[in-house]
Amino acid sequence: MAEEMRIVLRNYGKVDPLNIDTYVAQGGYQSLDKARSMDKAALMAEVKKSNLRGRGGAGFNCGMKWTFAAGAQADQKYVIANADEGEPGTYKDRLIMENDPQSLIEGMAVCAYAIGATKGFIYLRGEYPELVSTLNAAIAQAKDKGFLKDFDLEVRRGAGAYVCGEETALIESIEGKRGEPRFKPPFPPVIGLWGKPTIVNNIETYANIPAILEKGADWYAGIGNAAYPGTKVFTLTGDVVNKTFFEVPTNITVRQLIFDFGGGIVGGKKFKAAQIGGTSGCFIPESLLDTEVAFDTMGAAGLSLGTGATFVMDETRDIVDIVTRIAGFFEHESCGKCAPCREGTMRTAEIMEKINEGKGSVKDTALLDKLGTVMSYSCLCGLGQAAPSPVLTTIKHFAADYEAKFK
Amino acid sequence: MINVTIDGIKASVPEGSTILQAASEVGVRIPTLCYHPDQSIKANCRVCVCEVEGNRLLVAACAMPVFEGMVVKTRTPKVIEARKTIIELILANHPQDCLNCIRNGNCELQELAEEYCVRENPFEYKVRGFEKDFSTPSLFRDQDKCILCRRCIEACSVIQSVNALGLQERGYHSMVVPTMGKTLAESPCVMCGQCIHACPVGAIGEVEGINDFLAAVADPEMIVVTQIAPAVRVAIAEEIGMTTGSMGMDTFVTGLRQVGFDYVLHTNFTADLTILEEGNELLKRVKEGGTLPMFTSCSPGWINFCETFYPDLLDNLSTCKSPQQMFGSLVKTYWAEKMGVDPSKIYSVSIMPCVAKKFEAARPEMNASGYQDVDLVLTTREIGRLFRMSGLDFSKLPGSNFDSWMGAYTGAAVIFGATGGVMEAALRTVYEVVTGNVLEDVNFNVARGFEGIKEAEVDLNGLVVKVAIAHSLSNARKLMDQVRAGTSPYHFIEVMACPGGCIGGGGQPITKRNAKRIERIDALYAEDAGLPVRKSHENKEVAKLYEDFLHEPLGHKSHELLHTHYHDKHKTVL
Amino acid sequence: MDYKEIIAKFADMPGGIIQAYHALLDEFSYLPEEAVVEAARVFKMSTAEAYGVATFYSMFSVNTRGKNVIRICESAPCHVAGAADVVAAMEKTLGIKMGETTADGRFTLEFTECVGQCQATPVITVNGKPYLDISADKIPAILAECK
Repeated sequence: MAEEMRIVLRNYGKVDPLNIDTYVAQGGYQSLDKARSMDKAALMAEVKKSNLRGRGGAGFNCGMKWTFAAGAQADQKYVIANADEGEPGTYKDRLIMENDPQSLIEGMAVCAYAIGATKGFIYLRGEYPELVSTLNAAIAQAKDKGFLKDFDLEVRRGAGAYVCGEETALIESIEGKRGEPRFKPPFPPVIGLWGKPTIVNNIETYANIPAILEKGADWYAGIGNAAYPGTKVFTLTGDVVNKTFFEVPTNITVRQLIFDFGGGIVGGKKFKAAQIGGTSGCFIPESLLDTEVAFDTMGAAGLSLGTGATFVMDETRDIVDIVTRIAGFFEHESCGKCAPCREGTMRTAEIMEKINEGKGSVKDTALLDKLGTVMSYSCLCGLGQAAPSPVLTTIKHFAADYEAKFK
Repeated sequence: MINVTIDGIKASVPEGSTILQAASEVGVRIPTLCYHPDQSIKANCRVCVCEVEGNRLLVAACAMPVFEGMVVKTRTPKVIEARKTIIELILANHPQDCLNCIRNGNCELQELAEEYCVRENPFEYKVRGFEKDFSTPSLFRDQDKCILCRRCIEACSVIQSVNALGLQERGYHSMVVPTMGKTLAESPCVMCGQCIHACPVGAIGEVEGINDFLAAVADPEMIVVTQIAPAVRVAIAEEIGMTTGSMGMDTFVTGLRQVGFDYVLHTNFTADLTILEEGNELLKRVKEGGTLPMFTSCSPGWINFCETFYPDLLDNLSTCKSPQQMFGSLVKTYWAEKMGVDPSKIYSVSIMPCVAKKFEAARPEMNASGYQDVDLVLTTREIGRLFRMSGLDFSKLPGSNFDSWMGAYTGAAVIFGATGGVMEAALRTVYEVVTGNVLEDVNFNVARGFEGIKEAEVDLNGLVVKVAIAHSLSNARKLMDQVRAGTSPYHFIEVMACPGGCIGGGGQPITKRNAKRIERIDALYAEDAGLPVRKSHENKEVAKLYEDFLHEPLGHKSHELLHTHYHDKHKTVL
Repeated sequence: MDYKEIIAKFADMPGGIIQAYHALLDEFSYLPEEAVVEAARVFKMSTAEAYGVATFYSMFSVNTRGKNVIRICESAPCHVAGAADVVAAMEKTLGIKMGETTADGRFTLEFTECVGQCQATPVITVNGKPYLDISADKIPAILAECK
């Protein structure tokens, strides 16, 4: 059986989040020292070489992103940690922040040094109020110990808007505005917070940084799937025996994740579907269970890795009912800025409800299919582009469930 | 230059161009809806999406800059399906009452629906069913028709700095609403109507007075008298499919008689009168140490703005009523006397480029004649509708003249319609009054042009007068903040609420482009240049008015009929 | 504390209006109109914008709320874990529907999307504090904790 491998959760249970000394005792902040001893270009080259790719769902090469911000000329640059973990079923970033906030802070400080930023923000979702004091205490201790030098770090709370997980919406929110995405280009590494070059990375991404610097890019690049190396934290929910989290190398399969780590389906029932990546993720049928969880292998199979949230459904689950609820989620969370998302999420929810109530027909799934396809490439931001995934993939893989509901 | 290929056509365009701009260079028109040529890029309607080779996602042509070697396809099946679906989505909750809509035939969404052959919409027709906001006498809002392009918000905030409009809620529930979700009347709205120009559909419009007009015409007892504001003639041609400025004043007058006006007079007459009153008021303030700088007071949107945002500066406003209201009080006193008619039988209609004029006419204090001074305000657009209703062919219509006593005007009055025009007209008169010399060249070019704020110094035989001119309220705000801070160097400030002045007023033919506004301004200056008399104090009918009725500028009768006072309308929701 | 004092604490924080709104929420459970107007003034934005921010985020409300805001997660993992039963039980216990406030002003019931405690579903929050693995029989004890 495949085994867990803890990189971002390396200190889980080993450090006291409110005592920085315990982090230092585990070798904490040595990577920041090492980074600061390196030439910035070499540092970014090292991160790039590790092939660490964004853990928030977009999968962009982290070191490459940093070089864009490093290359931009500006009197001020910003480093932001995206802790707006809003994908239902996802709580990996909370685990990191709750148990090992210094890993995040160290990763951010490395980034700040690399790109030349002196100010950082942790944008924490409003639903994690109890983490504010943990993070503030951790920042204060890191400052007191002199680790942060001129890097100033502040926690900002979100207030209940899933769309703020989109980096430009998050930036707008830090600026005190409605969390509505901006059109891109320009991208944040060039024009970001308050118009300045800004790096926004996921918590899990930052938490990888100290380990990569400690053990080297080659070490990291050699773990898991070569194109998307390293580990990924998965949080398992739904009808799975082990409703918990696992950090695993990226070359395990969905089947291993659910059946080996997850312990299979509760009550000895049969597997029906899994949705990976959060509520915007694709629904995975039995036939695709042997897909490797890495970013590109999932993509090639028409699936997505997303945040790694894994929602498992047994044979008794009503797929159409679940997708109807998910459609309601997107109707509620669309920011409303762009027409296809604002109107499209509402229409998707409307038609899904109609089908779920037994009033639909094959014309409705055809319309959902067309609408979802158009949304997937016309919407302004990732929310609207990904929102149709559950609908599109269930129409594709679970057509019989829809047909069973038709009038 | 950047080399791109658009639908197989090679183009070389400046760096920083968008796909939309590049496409138009090679004759490819990409449909748009939220795009506005004089506003920031919004990219929220997604109607302009195109394919770019190598991209899975479609890109918004309005926002996407070109790059070297970019290959764009603007009309693939994928693109057409996306656009059509988006148009269908927008239409599915948009009221399908185009026939009754104030923007019927002049609606960007209607055009798109036509272009994309939307017949049977696959999405269920679902109008949200909001109540219309008719809380102001100038503007109404029809929330159901709003397509959330946000152009009105930008017009109100960026151009006007009024911020009466904003967003509420999010997603499908998001709406454009007046401040704090209240009515327009409760918001800081100054009723300039720039949001009407910004709106691509019929979500905001003028409160129409056409039925009131038709009722007055139908009443045999009523003498229906009209005044035409200076900015109307140059734009009215646009309403009936003619080029800007191409309708002659004489055929315009005939057209007005044809639609039912008994007497056609001119606001230009009271524009000249305004110069005499306001010019003398300025000189009095300068000589006697009155409150300076003095602000012009002809633009009712500006008056509302000053009352709402700068109530501490109300003493700086000229006490002169606007030309519309001077006309209103005179037509039911002086003119009625001259004509020997019963003022209670006069139905006084003004034709204005403005929607705030509707509010101004309805102000309770505007009854110096003993009656409501102006009974009805019709905008240029409404007169255009009356003309279309009447079936007039202006190319064949004979010309006719204005009626007597309040119909004569000078070139100085004509240019009131352009930003800087009031200032220039005032300078033409003040110069001669103060210096006693004849002004050889009446053209004050420093007062002309589309710059947001213009300033000038005029030497009147040693008396140096410093003046400033602002159009659009965000520019006015800059000058007001100076005044408030005590750092304003000016004696006299002209403010017009709308971009370009009255020619860009909220009641003018719908236009998105400042280029069109500039065209109208050019037409006004051309009219001025062609007139024999170009100084207000040389208007013979105005001279007659003083001789027979008012006796002197700022005199007792003037004070009673031509001057007004202002109110502190500061709102807590600002 | 007075709303003006609360807002003033964030005056030097660029973009701090959302943080100020959180602080107001702790005091009032909702954002009173005069507080939104004051926040606009302090953060140098228009009232229309400040109101737009106040109505964008689901944790904020410009309408009065009960002293204790109970939010029930309805995201997919909680949905399949029986969120609907929790809703029904909560509505029955409090005698109000979702979106309503009890007559005594003590409780408001709202839906929320995922609050990130998916290891033990279904989940509710009371004034932001999560309660896990909720079933109908746990409700009385939770309500008893509330002031």
